Amino acid sequence: MRDKLAIGLAAAASALLANNLYQMFMVLPDEALQGAIYRILFFHAPAAMVGMIGYFVALTFSVLYLSSKNFLYDSLAASIVEVSLVFSLVNIVTGSIWARIIWGIWWTWDYRLTSALVCILIFFGYLVMRRAIDEPTQRARLSSALCIFGCVDVVIVWKSIEWFRNQHPGPVLDFRTGGGKMDPAYSHVFWLNFLAILLMGVALVLIRTRQEATAREIDSLRRLAHTAA
Amino acid sequence: MKTVKHALLIARKDLALELRTKESLNAAGAFAIVILLLFSFAFDPDSEMVKEIGGGLLWLVFAFAGALVFNRSFARELPNDCLDTLLASPLSPASLLTGKALANFLMLLAMELISIVIFGIFFNVNWTHRFGELSLVFALGTWGISMLGAVFGALTVNLRLRELMLPIIIYPLLIPLLIAAIELTKLLLSNQAPTPSDFLWAKILVVFDLVFTALAIMLADTILVN
Amino acid sequence: MNPAIELAGVWKFYGDYAALRDITLAVEEGSCCALLGRNGAGKTTLLRILAGLSSFERGSAQLFGASPRQVHAGFLGHGIGVYEDLSARENLRFFARVAEVAQPESIAAEWLERVGLANASDMLVRQFSRGMRQRLALARTFLHAPKILILDEPFTSLDDRAIAMLSELLLESRRRGATIILSTHQLREAMAIASHVALIENGRLRHAGERTEAMIDDPGLLYRLHA
Repeated sequence: MRDKLAIGLAAAASALLANNLYQMFMVLPDEALQGAIYRILFFHAPAAMVGMIGYFVALTFSVLYLSSKNFLYDSLAASIVEVSLVFSLVNIVTGSIWARIIWGIWWTWDYRLTSALVCILIFFGYLVMRRAIDEPTQRARLSSALCIFGCVDVVIVWKSIEWFRNQHPGPVLDFRTGGGKMDPAYSHVFWLNFLAILLMGVALVLIRTRQEATAREIDSLRRLAHTAA
Repeated sequence: MKTVKHALLIARKDLALELRTKESLNAAGAFAIVILLLFSFAFDPDSEMVKEIGGGLLWLVFAFAGALVFNRSFARELPNDCLDTLLASPLSPASLLTGKALANFLMLLAMELISIVIFGIFFNVNWTHRFGELSLVFALGTWGISMLGAVFGALTVNLRLRELMLPIIIYPLLIPLLIAAIELTKLLLSNQAPTPSDFLWAKILVVFDLVFTALAIMLADTILVN
Repeated sequence: MNPAIELAGVWKFYGDYAALRDITLAVEEGSCCALLGRNGAGKTTLLRILAGLSSFERGSAQLFGASPRQVHAGFLGHGIGVYEDLSARENLRFFARVAEVAQPESIAAEWLERVGLANASDMLVRQFSRGMRQRLALARTFLHAPKILILDEPFTSLDDRAIAMLSELLLESRRRGATIILSTHQLREAMAIASHVALIENGRLRHAGERTEAMIDDPGLLYRLHA
């Protein structure tokens, strides 16, 4: 059942993506000041948003695991963190490419990029720690605790880096080179792409969750084999 | 209040152990001096530049040398299964965690005092003119490092590759605290008047400490009981 | 009379693997229960739950009707549970304070005397011989006159002097009405002091009952009955 859901979501995401790509390249004109490269922001920002939402959904599942001890929640939390991490990486890489084209530099300490990098490091640590724990109950318990600390920290990180950058200004990545709101033609494609990326994320999470459950089953069979031996 | 009494008991025991062996203190102190020395080669600073980067330099020293201290905080309970004995006792995990954070805090402050004296000598910086405020900033920043060090020391105590993992996990989490501490230290070392945004940094320090101490106490059982 | 130690339907999981399955066991106050079983059967897991060191997923575990975390039993696990870099006296004083005994100083001194470490009270544990460490561990376990004793293979790797000391301490504890649960492979010693026995196999409780005369004569009887 879950497999069908994952496949269905992936298919929907692909269809949406195909439509969006068509819109982006065939229909929308180049942006006045940025040229062709602005299209990368249709992926850059939604990936960041889906990633960030993911971390907080993982937080919810971590708390749910601690109160119910149901492993499904732990698998969901870990899978979501992994997928969110990938999207955060997409965010950073696309931001870097954009900065290179527009300003000729590979990296800028724009507060959003910097914060995204810190989040990546925090949740990379989460995955590193999970890899180091073989026993599933201990892994779930400690990961949940780390996820809670991580997400609380993420909030503080964003605010502090934003304030820091306000004091030490540098280049800022943004769509809206002229300031002001996004043109409705752009925002339509933007939100459709957000939806596509979100659906893709959910599909990936479902697949990953299934893998976690299988891994746990294998672990318990191994323990059983050891004691029977 | 029993929790406080227990926490003090643990802190005293950890300090007694540390003073007996002086492992972490010596290592952290030596490491701090080495980093400061390396920095003098890396930058060749004049006095203006030192005022700019001094805050950052000091807190990098504290964070890295500090790892040698908080890495040991729970690791010292592993030989002879002392951690089990403590957890089987009336001590609550929260008091265990807080006691160790307190011990970390005092040891880190000792290391920081040595560091800033050496820093003042190496880079010709006068750090005494706003010593009261500087101490406050050091105390607030160090408490955050100590508390998180204790929490993640506890979290990773039974894991393999603990010494590798603890820095990977803890430093990204400390970034907001370090930024705030660096900004305030920079301000105080260059003896400038604080702007409104500087009070924001002080607020971040306090909020960070309060939030993570509360979170640590709430999650102490989860972290320590298997 | 309510049992001092009561486990009801306890299951402990590591992931999906059940290390303890549906354990129901009651140990009456004042009795001594020897927990037997092969390595990996679940004895240590069970004792850790009673000591408040491990949680469990289903069922209930109570010491005198309260959760294990709230009762300070005398616990001796595989490690001796004392600090290498503190002296014997400092160790006992610390653990006496942790146990909230009145007058920790004098209790520490008294127990150092009792386990024959009075002359070495200011030596660091690091410098102790193995026998001395074992005796210090015993002092640490018994110093707060616990009403419940939880001992995981306490006889293993003890020298003769320490075995004699431990047996005497156990006897004295029973005389003052303490409840003891201990796991052991030393069947002879177990049958000598235990009033009850329990056998665990693959996480399940196979047998729980009084120690019989037959078991004293033939300590391996229980294993063979349930092979």
